[in-house]
Amino acid sequence: MVIVFPEVEDRRSWGRAHRARHRLAWPTHPRAAADVLAARGDRSVLGFGLGRSYGDSCLNPGGLLIETRGLDRLLAFDAERGILHAEAGCTLADLLATVVGLPAPGGGVWCLPVSPGTRFVTLGGAIANDVHGKNHGHMGSFGRHVLSLRLLRSDRGLLDCGPEREGELFRATIGGLGLTGLILEATLRLERVPGLLLEVEDLRFDDLEGFYRLVEESAAWPYTVAWVDCLARGRGLGRGIFSRARYLEGGPARPMPPAEPRLSVPLAPPVSPLNRWTLAAFNALLWRRLGPAGRRVRTLPWHRFLYPLDAIEGWNRLYGPRGFHQHQCVVPPKTAPDTVRRLLETIAASGQGSFLAVLKTLGASAAPGLLSFPMEGTTLALDFPERGTATAALLDRLDRIVLEAGGRLYPAKDGRMSAEAFRAGFPNWRRFAALADPAFSSAFWQRVGPAADRRVLERAA
Amino acid sequence: MSGPSLAIFGAASAIAEQVARRFAAKSARLFLVARDPARLERIAADLRLRGAASIATHAADLDDPMALAPMLEAMETAIGVPDIVLLAFGTLGDQSAIVRDVEATRRSLTTNFLSPACLLTALAGRMESAGRGLIVVLTSVAGERGRASNYVYGAAKGGLSTFLEGLRHRLASTGVRVLDVRPGPVATPMTAGLGLSGPLLAAPGRVAADIERAIEKRRSVLYTPWFWRWIMLVIRALPEPIFHRMRL
Repeated sequence: MVIVFPEVEDRRSWGRAHRARHRLAWPTHPRAAADVLAARGDRSVLGFGLGRSYGDSCLNPGGLLIETRGLDRLLAFDAERGILHAEAGCTLADLLATVVGLPAPGGGVWCLPVSPGTRFVTLGGAIANDVHGKNHGHMGSFGRHVLSLRLLRSDRGLLDCGPEREGELFRATIGGLGLTGLILEATLRLERVPGLLLEVEDLRFDDLEGFYRLVEESAAWPYTVAWVDCLARGRGLGRGIFSRARYLEGGPARPMPPAEPRLSVPLAPPVSPLNRWTLAAFNALLWRRLGPAGRRVRTLPWHRFLYPLDAIEGWNRLYGPRGFHQHQCVVPPKTAPDTVRRLLETIAASGQGSFLAVLKTLGASAAPGLLSFPMEGTTLALDFPERGTATAALLDRLDRIVLEAGGRLYPAKDGRMSAEAFRAGFPNWRRFAALADPAFSSAFWQRVGPAADRRVLERAA
Repeated sequence: MSGPSLAIFGAASAIAEQVARRFAAKSARLFLVARDPARLERIAADLRLRGAASIATHAADLDDPMALAPMLEAMETAIGVPDIVLLAFGTLGDQSAIVRDVEATRRSLTTNFLSPACLLTALAGRMESAGRGLIVVLTSVAGERGRASNYVYGAAKGGLSTFLEGLRHRLASTGVRVLDVRPGPVATPMTAGLGLSGPLLAAPGRVAADIERAIEKRRSVLYTPWFWRWIMLVIRALPEPIFHRMRL
């Protein structure tokens, strides 16, 4: 079968700092996906969902991207047990508009057990990055709730896998960055919750000790997250706002459907409005918003608390034509307080403040995937506008601090970590590499996977 | 409470599926026809979960004249005379092969003109008797001027547009309305072989949203995305000496 794959010049990932030329395919049926894989020739391939990975893990320069958005059918929902079977191109937004909020037997409603900070990701993407949310301490990561997968491999064809069947391949695929084959379908267990309204409490904290105190006090709250003012130095270092949320009993049976984004950034402005001065003003505003009491209680629909940035379509364009980098790390509990302080000091000293600095603790839940990012400890996520070598040098410094502390960096957010940094953070990576599909690759994998072996040896020598 | 009833011929097409989802969310009762039963089953399962009040499927080859009567009987059993019918089938084919192949030309004209025209005749009679309903047909901007790159397909679609114009004229005094949807190139499996990309290639979801709006606003002809109305106005107006020097 002859399939002509159109070429696109600069497909970008979410941070917009990485772009690459690709051939595209958009199968709309599982059989068409198999035809595409058979017709790939000698090109390497990679599945592509909504492109919410920030760096280069969703890009495959010179290769073939198989867009999965046409494979987005909900196949079955068992309302008794809350088990959903769907094609992997479904988005979490699709699930929110359909099965989330359906009544569960014995009271309450079905809800996504884990959700990242945006609903505009595909099911396949959520699995391939083993994403986590603000409730990691209570629910673990996304992969923990995946019961089975249907995978299309270049060497073995269609494979069904789960914990009991092809278990090693299943664990490699969860958090496997799309490298173990094309995820076609998945079954997911939803969580039963009392309703879809949350009681949200925002609390100001003055330093990192204050943050950790609030974490301890909030063990009973399923959702916790903090914003940190990363321009603050000296005594103000580590100040921020801690938000925690819990379900209200007897919320509405059926949620208000989340509105389509009302604001939109259609074009990247030539000069980014996000700079040191607007950032300082923004941070000061946020800091004062809670008033003299430093505390505010609200009732919010679930999706408003989880997806604040989904209200602005294309917010990533605000960083201007050069785009931005995210840097997200997790460091283990023992070293976390000191390490986070060192990271914040380094950023404050560099003068390259991050607009969004998000601090969370992750729980002890066992990682479901060989390359799962979440582990017990504290995670810090930062945005930095791309400013060339100064940005690169700062990010390298942050990497070193993280690795010295026994932490790791999040591949879904990354477009630049070294092979050494990846390998130090993910000691299972060789085991994983043996399970990767030989026809699949990505820019990320070329940089850190077996293809980088020689470079690593040369650098060590 | 259920929404409108909708019969879709060519239900496996990417645009049709997106339209069906919009109507499923309004609790529509659906009757879906496509050739491949496995694809139909997947599409139907999805539409059920997206809110359709009822779904019936019928696997048939729309080019087969013998399949017409049993198909319409199945439709009437499932949803009676529908509030809306959508014809969304067609093939682009490989024009470079078609222009030298009599059989391929016949097949293209059959799928893109003869089959939909015959089906419309059968459907229009039923809707006229019921005194209500809306007929929606996907044609193409390719039907507006014969071009070297796709004139066989274009001729069939242009003929279909003329057919719809006449049908609308004939039914003007009844309660039956006719909407001619003329999309530009849409990113679907049909256009995948063309090697297209870029801003002129529309997403099927956008085209479906335009169709839904045109239905609500009771339009007769829809260009989607909207700019194709103006592009085609220019292309139609080009004098032949200039037109012949362009590769379109």
